[in-house]
Amino acid sequence: MNAGLYKILVFAVLFAFITAAVVSTHPFGEPPSEMDDYFIKNGQNETGANNIVTSILFDYRGLDTLGEATVLFTAVTGVFMLFAGRK
Amino acid sequence: MNGMSKIVKVTACVLLVPGIVFGLYIIMHGHLTPGGGFQGGAVIATISALLIVAYSDEIRGIMSRDILSIMESIALTAFIMLALLGLSATFFNNFMVNEGGLFGNMVSGINPGDLNTGGVIPLMNMAVGLEVYSALSLILVMMYFGSKKEVLEDAG
Repeated sequence: MNAGLYKILVFAVLFAFITAAVVSTHPFGEPPSEMDDYFIKNGQNETGANNIVTSILFDYRGLDTLGEATVLFTAVTGVFMLFAGRK
Repeated sequence: MNGMSKIVKVTACVLLVPGIVFGLYIIMHGHLTPGGGFQGGAVIATISALLIVAYSDEIRGIMSRDILSIMESIALTAFIMLALLGLSATFFNNFMVNEGGLFGNMVSGINPGDLNTGGVIPLMNMAVGLEVYSALSLILVMMYFGSKKEVLEDAG
């Protein structure tokens, strides 16, 4: 088989996947779960924060933020190890 | 190497105050307006980048890498300790919200801009802001002074 046939095959498969994804998208404004409605309704009363993004980042999903901070800490540790020998 | 010209140094000093105030505002109002610890810490870190570029070697004593790394470790530890304090219910439990006291005012419906709300969220914003500021500044200090020395040695 020549290389052109592979390209056409890969393109056809990717095109089929993207078409299937676009066709099966749920309609705009109707999310598949009711979790965001819960956050918008009860977020201010439960956390006292107007900023729903912050209330999710630091309260409902705090463990994700801990992971983010740990990733930053690890990156700084790597830079420190790379340049530690020089004054 | 004594940094840039006097005009650049004075301009950096003038920009220092509004920059730090803006970053602290973003950190402190993280639970009321868009922003938070990550964004505010990045804003303050840009000021330290400005100072490093303008002052070069003169700023080395102030922005020491030992102080910055200790600050970063303290901030990350404070974040984890704040999460552990709510362990009576769950990890990352917001135990101070709606209880009165520090950051504990009651909120019913829309918060009209009361800063004294949010429970542990403002405290966690402060810890993350300090962590992001010292982490980014530490990267800048290590890379700037670490790579500059190498170039000087090669040239000499």
